[in-house]
Amino acid sequence: MKTVGMSFRTRRTLLGLAFISPWLIGFLLLFAAPLIQSLRFSFSKLSIAPGGYGLEPVGWANFKESLFVHASFNRVLVDSIAQMALNVPMILFFSLFTATLLNQKFRGRALARSVFFLPVILASSAVAAAESAGLINLMGDANAIEASSGAGVSYNILSMVRMLSDVGIPAAFTDYIVEAILRIYDIISSSGVQILIFLAALQSVPGSMYEVARIEGATAYESFWKITFPMVNPLILTNVIYTIIDSFAGSPVTKIIYETAFKTQNFGLSSAMAWLYTLVVGILLIVIGWVLSRRIHYN
Amino acid sequence: MAVDPSRSIPSGIGKLRSGEERSIRLKKAGGKAADILYAVFRYALVVGISFIILYPILLKISVAFKDKIDLYDPTIFVVPKHYTLDNIRMAMQIMDYGPLLANTLLFVAVTTALTTAACALAGYGFARFSFPGSNLLFALVILTILVPTSTLMVPMYLHFRSFDLFGLYERMSGRPGVNLLNTYWPSIITAATAMGLKAGLFIYIFRQFFKGMPKEIEEAALIDGAGGIRTFTGIMLPNAISPLITVILFSFVWQYNDTLYTSLFMSESALMPLKVASLPAQANQLIPQLMGYASNSGIKSDPNHVAMIVDTGILLAIAPLILLYLAVQRYFVESIERSGIIG
Repeated sequence: MKTVGMSFRTRRTLLGLAFISPWLIGFLLLFAAPLIQSLRFSFSKLSIAPGGYGLEPVGWANFKESLFVHASFNRVLVDSIAQMALNVPMILFFSLFTATLLNQKFRGRALARSVFFLPVILASSAVAAAESAGLINLMGDANAIEASSGAGVSYNILSMVRMLSDVGIPAAFTDYIVEAILRIYDIISSSGVQILIFLAALQSVPGSMYEVARIEGATAYESFWKITFPMVNPLILTNVIYTIIDSFAGSPVTKIIYETAFKTQNFGLSSAMAWLYTLVVGILLIVIGWVLSRRIHYN
Repeated sequence: MAVDPSRSIPSGIGKLRSGEERSIRLKKAGGKAADILYAVFRYALVVGISFIILYPILLKISVAFKDKIDLYDPTIFVVPKHYTLDNIRMAMQIMDYGPLLANTLLFVAVTTALTTAACALAGYGFARFSFPGSNLLFALVILTILVPTSTLMVPMYLHFRSFDLFGLYERMSGRPGVNLLNTYWPSIITAATAMGLKAGLFIYIFRQFFKGMPKEIEEAALIDGAGGIRTFTGIMLPNAISPLITVILFSFVWQYNDTLYTSLFMSESALMPLKVASLPAQANQLIPQLMGYASNSGIKSDPNHVAMIVDTGILLAIAPLILLYLAVQRYFVESIERSGIIG
């Protein structure tokens, strides 16, 4: 063998590089290069020519246009960030709650788990697109007739709002709750992976801890806050980051960026938009990571 | 479930009865009642959430087998009166289902296999080999997870429009790059180089798992004379069944459902997500013809009938995924804690 003359260390290094080489090639060719190109595009006017493209530097014009001239970009960007900020706590709360539920022992748990992860499988933007197209163009689902003829079950949310405000809960909080309930399907269907992560974390908590707590007289409520919560704490950051990243795919901002590039053929503007989006999300991730990591307890 | 019995019993009752023994017995009974109550509450919750998840699928199944006559019968809720396979037949015809499914499955299977292989290799490389810069490189893996794909869309598109490995092709043939758009190559190349859909996440999962494996096994293999590749294929991979299942399932499903890359690179290919997204428009156009009217007769299709066909088409599109999930969910659901997803 050729490698005999080398030291063990060099051989390990070469072997390690060999293992990651597919990724490394991909990274350089399909990530780093496009990233830099995209940055260049965002400062230029790009014109497609047969078999290539031409660049013409325009300075900050693309960024200015996307923020101040484009009809809807700034609004959609703010909206989608706000939406994200609303969604993250809801998804987090729901997934932790569900994971705790699914971690308990009861008959039919395996079945319940399979059903709860089903949305991960079915979260398809294509299906969502087809369904919403159906809603807009075709005056509703085939089931809309049933609903309109009164056979469908409809739930009156207004009575609940009144009840909550009678109890004296602040209006802003009521709004949040009501929104959460109205969009329960969205929340459930986008928290599959998060449930998975929390469930894995819960299963790694040693059972002896709970035993000790029970002997010491802690209630289930107390042992949740004193044992379970601190133990899954590090995963909260992971889940927040995952939720934010996951929201890219179906985001209306992505849609605008896509349409600007491939419908109106304004590639420079589209790149500028993409970079603005990346920057905003990046800053958000850094801030959240910084705030949360100071509160996390690693075991 | 540990529920404190003293909490679940109203304090008033305890005061009325005297005698310690009796109150203990009562507490026990109260604890049991609370347990049962809690179990009922839990089942209500689980069943309720399951219902929310399953309801749309059940509705689609009901619509798929419903006859057109039943559409305007207000007494029908979910369970149809007249069963028919017409909807399914029509949706299959519109989508060209058989070839479409075969094509999609082949494409998805190939990209999934490539992604899994590349990510497993990279994950093992990052987990077990520390060389100068390996931590920095792994930080770059995390960066690929964090940067939105929309940032890379335009350069990737242009890149595959005239694909060229470091300008080699141009130097050799004198022509600028090969146009790979509307072939399967863009996805295959991104998959094989671990740059496909959420590949960074898969690398992360594999790395966490391999890091958790005992080092002694590898040392033993090394002493017995196995090389690095032999150790990986013979010892590490057979032990990594649970992360493999997780990654394969996720990769398959996300690839199957992906619209971003497919519409970017292969907008003209016969793939399921593209077909489903354009289904409403196509159904609207084709249904009158399928029902035997001439295309220029000016007869418009009934919107509710179109919606019915679209629902059936969606069901047909997601059916393979549900079947796949049913087949592997046993391994998947029970082995999450060992899948390396949390390290």
